[in-house]
Amino acid sequence: MKEMSYAEAIRDGMRFEMQRDANVFIWGEDVGIFGGCFGVTGGLVTEFPGRVIDTPISETAIVGAAVGAAAAGLRPIAEIMFVDFMGVCMDELFNQAAKMRYMFGGKAKIPMVLRTPCGAGMGAAAQHSQSMEAWFTHIPGIKTVMPSTPADAKGLMAAAVRDDNPVVYIEHKQLLGIKGDVPEGDYCIPLGKADIKRDGSDVTIVAWSWMVHKALAAAEELAQQGINAEVLDPRTLVPLDTAAILKSLEKTGKLVIVHEAVKTGGFGGEIAAIVAEEGLDLLDAPIKRVAMPFAPIPFSPALEKCAIPSEEKIIAAVKSLF
Amino acid sequence: MELKADQLRGFYETMMTIRAFELKAVELFADNQLPGFVHLYLGEEAVATGVCASLTNKDYITSTHRGHGHLIAKGGKVDLMMAELFGKSTGYCKGKGGSMHIADVELGILGANGIVGAGQPISAGAAFACKYRKSDAVAVCFFGDGASNRGTFHEALNMATIWKLPLVFICENNLYGISNCQRDHMRVTDVADRAAAYGIPGVTVDGNDVIAVYEAAAEAVARARKGDGPSLVECKTWRWRGHFEGDPAVYKNQEEQEAWLKKDPLVRLEKKLIEREYATKTQLDEIKGKVEAQIAAAVRFAQESPYPVPEDLLTDVYAE
Repeated sequence: MKEMSYAEAIRDGMRFEMQRDANVFIWGEDVGIFGGCFGVTGGLVTEFPGRVIDTPISETAIVGAAVGAAAAGLRPIAEIMFVDFMGVCMDELFNQAAKMRYMFGGKAKIPMVLRTPCGAGMGAAAQHSQSMEAWFTHIPGIKTVMPSTPADAKGLMAAAVRDDNPVVYIEHKQLLGIKGDVPEGDYCIPLGKADIKRDGSDVTIVAWSWMVHKALAAAEELAQQGINAEVLDPRTLVPLDTAAILKSLEKTGKLVIVHEAVKTGGFGGEIAAIVAEEGLDLLDAPIKRVAMPFAPIPFSPALEKCAIPSEEKIIAAVKSLF
Repeated sequence: MELKADQLRGFYETMMTIRAFELKAVELFADNQLPGFVHLYLGEEAVATGVCASLTNKDYITSTHRGHGHLIAKGGKVDLMMAELFGKSTGYCKGKGGSMHIADVELGILGANGIVGAGQPISAGAAFACKYRKSDAVAVCFFGDGASNRGTFHEALNMATIWKLPLVFICENNLYGISNCQRDHMRVTDVADRAAAYGIPGVTVDGNDVIAVYEAAAEAVARARKGDGPSLVECKTWRWRGHFEGDPAVYKNQEEQEAWLKKDPLVRLEKKLIEREYATKTQLDEIKGKVEAQIAAAVRFAQESPYPVPEDLLTDVYAE
């Protein structure tokens, strides 16, 4: 184990994969000397000459060419500077990367990782702060990964790179600096395995990415008030560890889903629907969702903090079930 | 380099195969045997044939919605293609792709594509893979005049030129983007002029002359193989049919259509073969007969093949 930040853990994961497989390379805007907009690829350009490549500001070509390189046998890790920019290259992801294998009758594979940061909280306003994971989960053929801790970030990066499918790997900007113990060397967490971040018996809080930390803080406060919350981090939304969610509900009978993305059309609705279909009899209270209200993300810190799901809102949602 | 008799006879056979395949598709579509959309390559046979003559199986191509000609010229099998057009389980894509999504990765065919212009960045990625592996393989991107207006065109050309990728852009300028004639959708007359904006060679050739296409493409492919970077070759040609089967093409000028039909690339090659005494009329008829028999066999194969079964719906979504 070694203490490292979330950003260092992502980098450590990429470094390990680049060392073990010469077909793995990185490209994106300013990923070279600049080290990426958030410093995640810092230093790799000198460690791996010719394999960490600055691209022009051409999101369409970054993703489209990654698809072509993957179809031709390489394993690209492409970076899109903000998840908000995915609209620029969505065709390359949802019509090309996602569908090639199926359309070609299983005769192609597209092993590529699309890294991109999400999230609000830094006053970056409506086009640099969003959480767009629900877009990706709606598309058959793509996997969607959202780590919340440094260890998960490394282990899921290994799994994403080794996966033979396109994987959207979403990093949260607020988490890049958090520290944690990370296994050294080869460390791979299979996609589709949820992690119980806090054991509890009274209510299940399903949360991912930054919201795991908010949920954990809320759970500590709730414990003071006599409610013992379980915090379940699915870690990957596609594939989703439905069994782990249902198993937790067998114990708690209550479900609160927390995500930073807007509530309408958010992935929380999908989890709620799955539980309603497959585990309604496990519930003894209605399902609650805590999510961003249905508005673009405002610039002013005074407004932005109202938009982001808070510990207080999570606590209120949990307490409404008792 | 002067083309030899057997090479030119080979061109004739390839072009005749594309022609016969497409004429059969017209008939089958009219007879309601083919579901979905079918975009035909009739009249453009010289382009794919002339370009793919410089490629081997290790080279990549990206194709378009009008892709049957590219697939045949790159070595695709007509029986598997025909079965795919029918939506049968024996088709190239097990019936999951159809006319617009046929691929054969083993042959370097990275797919026809239902999105106009989508092949341009994909071909840049394939060319990058060739360079990254330090192989001398190249990628070729087929696209139309309409696709040269997409943002993908700009991003892919720019990326390919700054990294000097082994990539050849082949613009099949059939003078129409669906119903829009070229003079209404771009200001330049020659798409090849756009190459100058990227600092790469751009040439325009008669796309109905397979020898002219071959020579220009061979030079561009050789340049890419040597590591000298991408080129743009524009082949002026004409789409005989509407955008898709069922499109009556009312937007086309009839006189223009008739003038282009007189420039039939296959008739022109036939004339050359006979003039140069590379083939006799009897030999060419034999090739035609052989090709037509292959297409007939492909249709029988497709018709007799089973459809996919419901269990196939959820396979191939993800690689295991």
